[in-house]
Amino acid sequence: MAEQTARRASRYSWGADEHLVVQIDEEMSLAANFRAMAISKALAAQNLAGIQDICPANASLLIRFDPDRLEPEKLENIVRTIEDEVVYHELALRTRLLEIPVWYGDPFTREVGAKFRDRHQRPQGSDLEYAMAELGLSSLDEFVERHCGSPWLVSMVGFVAGLPFMFQMVERQRQIELPKYLRPRTETPKLTLGHGGCFACIYSVKGAGGYQMFGITPLPIYDPRQRHEAFRDSMVLFRPGDIVKFRPIGQAEYHELEAAAERGEDVYRSVPVDFELNDFLADPDACNARLLGALDVD
Amino acid sequence: MWIDVVEPGLATSVQDLGRIGAYNVGIPPSGALDQASAKIANLLVGNPVDAAVLEAPYLGPTLAFNGPAVVAVTGAKAAVKLNGEPMPSWEAFRAGDGDVLSFGFMEAGARLYVAVAGGFDVPLVLGSRSTYGLGALGGIEGRPLRAGDRLPAGETAPGFVPRSVPEQSRPAWSREVELRVVLGLYDYRLTEDAVRTLLDAVWSLTPVADRTGFRYAGPRLDFEQRVQPFGAGSDPSNIVDAGYPIGSIQVPSGSEPIILHRDAVSGGGYAMVGTVISVDMDLVAQSAPSTATRLRSVSLEDALAARRETRSGFAKLSAVLGAG
Repeated sequence: MAEQTARRASRYSWGADEHLVVQIDEEMSLAANFRAMAISKALAAQNLAGIQDICPANASLLIRFDPDRLEPEKLENIVRTIEDEVVYHELALRTRLLEIPVWYGDPFTREVGAKFRDRHQRPQGSDLEYAMAELGLSSLDEFVERHCGSPWLVSMVGFVAGLPFMFQMVERQRQIELPKYLRPRTETPKLTLGHGGCFACIYSVKGAGGYQMFGITPLPIYDPRQRHEAFRDSMVLFRPGDIVKFRPIGQAEYHELEAAAERGEDVYRSVPVDFELNDFLADPDACNARLLGALDVD
Repeated sequence: MWIDVVEPGLATSVQDLGRIGAYNVGIPPSGALDQASAKIANLLVGNPVDAAVLEAPYLGPTLAFNGPAVVAVTGAKAAVKLNGEPMPSWEAFRAGDGDVLSFGFMEAGARLYVAVAGGFDVPLVLGSRSTYGLGALGGIEGRPLRAGDRLPAGETAPGFVPRSVPEQSRPAWSREVELRVVLGLYDYRLTEDAVRTLLDAVWSLTPVADRTGFRYAGPRLDFEQRVQPFGAGSDPSNIVDAGYPIGSIQVPSGSEPIILHRDAVSGGGYAMVGTVISVDMDLVAQSAPSTATRLRSVSLEDALAARRETRSGFAKLSAVLGAG
């Protein structure tokens, strides 16, 4: 059985009788994330009776299943076979590029951040100022350029309903890596742009959180009542594999977009794109320039 | 027929057996935390097992019936009253138009389940009527009950069948609980001593115990020191954010383990060291704060055997209650 038998890098382990967890890598990388997505997709395509949820995560994969309908051993064999096959495939994504406007350094997250300084690494200043100091950046413009200059891959959706974890598509030495709060806040404004470890996130609902807070987006990303057209097919905006372009905005545009979204206007910009991991690994900057340019063709 | 909520209780919510297929976008299964009690309450009133019931933690609601109803109460041990008169638990009874159902303090266990014939007829959301409060979906407007809410009951065949759960089949909730756990996931991150401590210690349930998770007080559990993998975060209990199984046990910063329940956060960056077997999650649900809890390591085969045993016990009870 699966218990702790490491095979190549992947580790298969049971979450008791209803879950199988496949740890593809302990480190985060695009390659590990693509494998998690590829295995998930191939497993979903088999439409096996007894599979309840297939959850690709950053560098791992969680499968929730009903062992009365699908024997654990059989499931493990199927997933291992899929994993063997995807390794040798081209890791390519037919996906979409989504533009997300962000008001960096907004007063809402700044105010909440100020309430929880006793739980933060640096009692003075804001999370954004802390991040700038840690990264050796002297101005907000430099920070925004670093954050918006390259696209982000949605590597996992979860924690709470519709929350995207995003991994910046740059070489490791250029990635933003920051600790989480020392102790989590009990409050985070809805639609806060956060950052913890190497991941950005957008808090889909108001609630607890431990990520550094950099800004806020005016566009809802979770709509359980599916009132806006963007949520016609799903309550959740993001899907694993989406590529995100952040666009800095100011106060006036924040309020305009927020009101327009509320009125149900078409404020979500996205375009289909193709992405190949090997192209990216060969020349990340060229690949990113092509991706980010896709939205400029209007 | 509908039922008016006079007093909502502490956090009473509409739950069925839960939803599947949306955990990959962070929407957890939800559903009754004590699945057996919810199913039995339904069988008592002649419903299918997956009809929606009310789940009331710690303090029951006060409900007024607008029309005749068949009712059953299971789960935690508490006095059940109709217009102030004592009524039985684990047994179907009739309520009439204008009758008021209320509850005494919970003497054992932590969650009451209330079923009515026809089920609580709230809209299906993603295939389930269960309330998921964090995501504001399901149940009544995606939230716990409030005074003044009106709960619609589904259509039902008239008549009353006096069903009762035999005495020996009723659970006796204890302040001492043993949970069977399949170790694994990221348990290799704990020191050997910590694994031993995890299984030897008596863990006391803290008041932080809700539909998302149950937090326990006890000794520290140390993680092996290491250079953290890229992206994981700086604390030794951190991992690159991963999916969390229902029932998985995480130990943030090495203290106060948390068992995630059916409104779990679907993933995050804390190492999980094992998972409570599915049939013992009902026991977690009925643990009141300060319950002394031990964890016993079992194999996957043991977990599957326990599952079969529970299924066969439930099938026998269903037969006794005259359900298909």
